[in-house]
Amino acid sequence: MSATTIRSPRVGESAIRPDAPAKVQGKFGFSNDMWIEGMLHGVTLRSPQVHARIVSVDVTRASAVPGVHAILTHADIPGADVYGLEHADQPVLANGIARYFGEPVAIVAAEHPETARRAAALIKVIYEPLDLLVDSEEAITAPPIHPEGNVFRHLTISHGNPDAIGDVIVEGSYEVGMQDQAFLGCEAGLAIPDDDGAGVELFVSTQFLHVDRDQTAKCLGLAPERVRMTVAGVGGAFGGREDISLQVHLCMLALRTKRPVKMEYRRDESFVGHVHRHPAKLEYRHHASRDGKLVKVEARIVLDGGAYASTSSAVLANACCFAAGPYVVPNARIEGFAVRTNNPPCGAMRGFGNVQACFGHEAQMDKLAVALDMDPIELRLKNALATGDRLITNQMITGAAPVEAVIRACADVPLPTDSSGELLELPGGAGRTAAGERDRIVRGVGFAVSIKNLMFSEGFDDFSTARVVVDGGVATIHCACAEVGQGFVTVAQQIASAVLDIDEVVVAPADTTVGSAGSTSASRQTMMSGGAVEGACKAIRHMRDSDAAAGRSTEGRYEFTYEHHHRPTTTLDENGQGDAHVSFAFAAHRAVVDVDVDLGLVRVIEIATAQDVGKIINPLQAVGQIEGGIAQGVGLAVMEELVIKDGRILNASFTDYLLPTALDMPTVRIGALIEEPEPGAPFGAKGIGESPCISSTAAVAAAIRAATNKPVNRIPVRPQDLAL
Amino acid sequence: MTYSLRVNGEDHIVSDSWIGESLLFVLRGRLGLPGSKNACEQGECGSCSVVVDDKLVCSCLMLAASCIGREIKTVEAIANNGRDGTESLTDIQQAFVQAGAVQCGFCTPGFVVAINHLLNENPRPTELEVREAMSGNLCRCTGYGRILDAVAQVVTERTR
Ligand code: FES
Ligand code: FES
Repeated sequence: MSATTIRSPRVGESAIRPDAPAKVQGKFGFSNDMWIEGMLHGVTLRSPQVHARIVSVDVTRASAVPGVHAILTHADIPGADVYGLEHADQPVLANGIARYFGEPVAIVAAEHPETARRAAALIKVIYEPLDLLVDSEEAITAPPIHPEGNVFRHLTISHGNPDAIGDVIVEGSYEVGMQDQAFLGCEAGLAIPDDDGAGVELFVSTQFLHVDRDQTAKCLGLAPERVRMTVAGVGGAFGGREDISLQVHLCMLALRTKRPVKMEYRRDESFVGHVHRHPAKLEYRHHASRDGKLVKVEARIVLDGGAYASTSSAVLANACCFAAGPYVVPNARIEGFAVRTNNPPCGAMRGFGNVQACFGHEAQMDKLAVALDMDPIELRLKNALATGDRLITNQMITGAAPVEAVIRACADVPLPTDSSGELLELPGGAGRTAAGERDRIVRGVGFAVSIKNLMFSEGFDDFSTARVVVDGGVATIHCACAEVGQGFVTVAQQIASAVLDIDEVVVAPADTTVGSAGSTSASRQTMMSGGAVEGACKAIRHMRDSDAAAGRSTEGRYEFTYEHHHRPTTTLDENGQGDAHVSFAFAAHRAVVDVDVDLGLVRVIEIATAQDVGKIINPLQAVGQIEGGIAQGVGLAVMEELVIKDGRILNASFTDYLLPTALDMPTVRIGALIEEPEPGAPFGAKGIGESPCISSTAAVAAAIRAATNKPVNRIPVRPQDLAL
Repeated sequence: MTYSLRVNGEDHIVSDSWIGESLLFVLRGRLGLPGSKNACEQGECGSCSVVVDDKLVCSCLMLAASCIGREIKTVEAIANNGRDGTESLTDIQQAFVQAGAVQCGFCTPGFVVAINHLLNENPRPTELEVREAMSGNLCRCTGYGRILDAVAQVVTERTR
């Protein structure tokens, strides 16, 4: 991506993306558009087995294919043979055992991608199948499928009086299926070896440049500065690019062949080539007093992390810490497990553990409302968290917490009218193959509220670096923040132009020649990299002001590099108590659905929302984030699931893994964006990317329950759950 | 085999190719026209949308060789051509930029081609018609709201 410039609107005004003109013309270079003279093409040979011992790998025939330049296996890994975001346990290439369907076994570089594919098909791998462990509950006690055991993390939260009992008790069991990020631009990259073979340059679509670089360097046995990385045009991410995929493979092939190597996954490979949202099993018991005050929440949460650790332990922490939702709960007992199985590895996806918990706690709140004979919105208002209240981790919320405001603003949006009755607006739309009786279409309304922690938690020293140069009236921002579509490019410009009062702001390409910006995840870049840009610009403003005050010229060049850290957090103690999180964001969603109760088909008619945003930097983009997040939330509620059978993904294509289209996606009505500034954040802005996909799912599920009187205790909801 | 394709008003020679190559592959890989994208190569996402003889098609599903003698139009040809030879954004492209219809942008070229085609065929579509026309194009980032808004803006402007 090239450097870009526009006249910048200030903070709070809608700003146009500087990369949008190139994107509408098809001129924006994505990672898989890269091309360089003399490059080879890399492909990955993946295990067709779910769990198997690798008896032998024979590359003789494959190596003989003309045009093949390298075939590498585990034995060829120059450095560490495992990687991982929090804990390195995932093999770069399988080492004697393949533990999930699609685990990489060998990599091939050839003159033509088809040659590489043909050669890969000629690699003879002999597998000896092993017993499968695919049940997350069994994994807790089953014999280990990995030397480090099957439990990535076991977390207990014990808060208040564990023996407290409410007047009214409701219980429920819930299940969440595996969702895929399904970003449109599949994984791709281009590695170029240094002439002396001592280092490599990698252009790659990623969310987390410096940690990619560090993990890759370690596996290559190189010092980090020998591996230089630049973000190449990213076609969406949503968590799926937080772990590395083809980074090490590409560099290994480039260093071995001394030629540039390009790799790009196709859709079927992308589905096995990145981590997914954790499937979850949740059991809840809520206690409340007769007047509707929550007394205690008990929960047991089991997340299926698949074969390797990825971010499972942090996802579990979120699911457990926020298991009770955005409510005041004086007593709680939560037990969580993130476990290893032979299912596809799971890790980060937008909402990160809160999505699963929200489906559970919001279903419980509705059950409780019924048991108490109370309006569900009233019940939520009665228990809503506010600044000064404590979470079940005993952490006091010191920042903005307008939970009541988001609930009221969302509930106040007028309900939509009946649908036109046109076929395309009926449940199932053009896919209604059975006629169905129109009077068997029932409308339902559901409500849900969410909490999300912003930025990294549990003592992680989360920071971002920005270098700002002002010269000749132009400010240039150099920050390694990965722009994945979320719009940091305008946020950075807007913050810089507001602080420096400069119109022309350029955002330079993100690469590893500047300090880390951390990950584009956890709703953190507006706050973290935005904070870094703000800090650097404020320092320059100060230098400029001093020059002016001393009568010196302010026309010269100013440069400042600022590292922004958020306030420190702590780990969780043995009772799951501690100030583990930095900031929180809240949202409410109300879904309206029509359900054909005979056919089990659902149409989501409308989603109303209100969200806690701190301060809106770019209103246009804020709306885009909210609508886009809701689309993913609706997808999880009614259509998106990676279907896994005995460890194998059965629907690794867009033909079978369905994403919401423009006909599936309802109108979104934003009741209000609540601007209550967050202390310590740039202009008071909170990250806004994740909240929209957390409670939207739960709201849709609630609406379907309301329409059908079915339990809807599993998402995505399938026709057979409603009509049989 | 070697053959000639007419793309965006110009003849291009495709040499040494295999007959099974898709139009998308040839455009991106052989003719240096990477504007058409490849999110699925299965006819499901529309990111590869092009127009062949006035029909909107998924270029990933067409054999390039089957387009011999036909008029192919890709996103690269969608532009307002000024008299002085300069190119500028069309009203549709401009509306996408202004309305916030672009996030990561991977789906965008396909949408621009599809909407351009829709408004040529049906200058005053209802919202439902727009949604239906767009339903062959997936966008994972926007939830379609800003794209629908962009289209509505163009229709309003054009029919003023
Ligand atoms: S790439 Fe052609 S429809 Fe998806
Ligand atoms: S803008 Fe990213 S897929 Fe549409």
